[in-house]
Amino acid sequence: MARITMREAISQAMWEEMERDPNVFILGEEVGVWGGSYAVTKGFYDHFGGERVRDTPIAEASIVGAAIGAAMTGLRPIAELMTINFAFAAMDHIVNEAAKLHYMFGGQFMLPLVIRAVTGGGRQLGATHSQTPDAVFAHFPGLKVVSPGTPEDAKGLLKAAIRSNDPVLFLEHATLYQLRGEVPDGDYVIPIGKSKVQRPGKNATIVTYSKGLEISLKAADELAKEGIEVEVVDLRSLRPLDMDPVIESFKKTNRAVVVEEGWKSFGVGSEITSRIYEQAFDFVDAPVRRVAQKEVPLPYNRTLEQSALPQVSDVIAAVKEVL
Amino acid sequence: MAETINMPKLGFDMAEGTLVRWVKKVGETINKGEVLAEIETDKATVEVESTAAGVVRLLLVEQGAVVPVNSPIAVVGTADEKIEAPNTSQMSKVEGPAATVPEQIPIPAAGTASAPVAGPVKASPLAKKIAREQSLDLSQIQGSGPGGRIVRRDIEAALQTMDRGPLTVANVSSSVVHRPSSAADETVGMSKLRQAIARRMSESKTSIPHFYVSHEYKMDALMDLRAQFNRIVPEDEKLSVNDLIVRAVALTLRQFPNLNASLNGNSVLRHGQVNVGIAVSVEGGLLTIVCRGADQKPLRQISAEVKAMAARVRLGKVKPEDIEGSTFSISNMGMYDVENFAAIINPPEAAILAIGSARQVPVVDEGVLKVGWRMKATISVDHRVSDGVEAAKFMQALALYLEEPLRLVL
Repeated sequence: MARITMREAISQAMWEEMERDPNVFILGEEVGVWGGSYAVTKGFYDHFGGERVRDTPIAEASIVGAAIGAAMTGLRPIAELMTINFAFAAMDHIVNEAAKLHYMFGGQFMLPLVIRAVTGGGRQLGATHSQTPDAVFAHFPGLKVVSPGTPEDAKGLLKAAIRSNDPVLFLEHATLYQLRGEVPDGDYVIPIGKSKVQRPGKNATIVTYSKGLEISLKAADELAKEGIEVEVVDLRSLRPLDMDPVIESFKKTNRAVVVEEGWKSFGVGSEITSRIYEQAFDFVDAPVRRVAQKEVPLPYNRTLEQSALPQVSDVIAAVKEVL
Repeated sequence: MAETINMPKLGFDMAEGTLVRWVKKVGETINKGEVLAEIETDKATVEVESTAAGVVRLLLVEQGAVVPVNSPIAVVGTADEKIEAPNTSQMSKVEGPAATVPEQIPIPAAGTASAPVAGPVKASPLAKKIAREQSLDLSQIQGSGPGGRIVRRDIEAALQTMDRGPLTVANVSSSVVHRPSSAADETVGMSKLRQAIARRMSESKTSIPHFYVSHEYKMDALMDLRAQFNRIVPEDEKLSVNDLIVRAVALTLRQFPNLNASLNGNSVLRHGQVNVGIAVSVEGGLLTIVCRGADQKPLRQISAEVKAMAARVRLGKVKPEDIEGSTFSISNMGMYDVENFAAIINPPEAAILAIGSARQVPVVDEGVLKVGWRMKATISVDHRVSDGVEAAKFMQALALYLEEPLRLVL
């Protein structure tokens, strides 16, 4: 077990898969000579060459469109979008083509395509570069949406995404690249669509993913000092959504808080909460609470930005409300 | 033109029904298909839908009355037309004694008073569920949650207090444990359902010469197919092993018309449709829900229909067609860790299939000891209609579907 950063875990996953399968290649803005705007592909260009690490124009629609075409011919492209906010410029390709071609052509084509994108706020990048619209993409059948919260999961899930024959949107949170964690040695794959209990507990269940996992685990540490043991369930992928560990945990604790970084309205918390009520109504002992971003465009000012984003203190307060 | 609504005949052996509750009162408007009343038959409480639209003009029987099938219970007409209560001469279809039908008893408004309505008790769904299971009266409990909501800890506290107090009846499990061996005998009345089961099972076991054939099925492929299927469908569309068995049995029955049959005097009625009955456990007994034309339906439809019917059964709100007209029955106790058992034929059917649990057991495969999924099943057959060889061949033919389950989706 090595202790590495999320950035290294993602980088290793792509490196190992490119060594393993010559059909895997990377395309995106500044992924080649510069090494990636978040330095995830540093060294790839020198090792794998310009054919397999392709710099593109600043035109997201063409990046995703080209990746779709390549995937249809049997290659396994990894398209990098500098941030998820720019995915809106490629929305037609993502939701009308990537998510639907396999279906609309009656299964004649596979789309073994990965779109990696940086998501989330907290880096003072302004309202249009700091969004967490994960739920928007999870709305569409045909697209897998994965968003890890630990280096171990990031590596195992990205390898699964690259080997998957379906289009996968792989969301990396901007403030998690430096997060360190234990990662198993050697080649391993974590199946997409399996939620995981990241911390056991008995008094309440926190359901979360991605950045929400980091703040939920910190909140759990604080609550433990007061004798409150929360169980933290990490969704890891939003579609397919695995509710089994969530429901199992809720049946034990009867109380839940859903923590996400996106806006509350029509978000991940809404979906999880509905499903808890649908699947475990007779186990509800208190209304499920949602912790999410304030309903404003995210401010640039650091203090304002942090006050709009969910904080550890918000999670602690919500857990105490459901107890 | 006023129309008379009759007590429906909901089962082939239903002779009478109890009118439990009028849902509509005299003077209320009603649409065709709207619920007019609730009746209790031998099997369940069923809603009676109006076969006419208009205004409820007459309710001919009182709540609680036992009414023969096909006897008039209500009249629906326009608001102002002149209504006459139907007399016995119009009741050509009445099979029971016509004299038991009261002439014309519109229910007075005061007569419909139900149990006193208490204000809503604020309690969490979990608290309500535990209270229901433990027969606790929520109105006697003080809630400690927000706004006085009763939550789990309040129920648990109440149960503890009761355990210490002199009255421990509510906590059944502990009272059973501590019951002295000299406890007094207890006489428990049988519900209508229990009585019906007693009558029909005695009739079946004493008049039908049963014989039994057991078979063990290799379930590995089927369990695997089900797991694959359930990975790709939404939570509420997941298939049960039973859904697959229903389809397998229905397809097999198509090749064995003699087992999809009823004895009728000196002839055998081979049913044109394959309607698979599925025994469902309810409080105090069991009901057989019916998946009609199961050989013609895809798995997901079978699954959805069975789920919907089972849900209605549990709510005690079955529709007549849910429980009527099966031509062959399945009794599946797979979920109760049962190795194998034999069921009693559900008359007038000719056979019933009893399903045990699918379990992982040591098996010998070409001389090698392995772990495999196996399931035992036993068919009970009316020997007047069929013989051992046909039953054995049926069980073999069923293996074709259960062991190569891709055939179930073709």
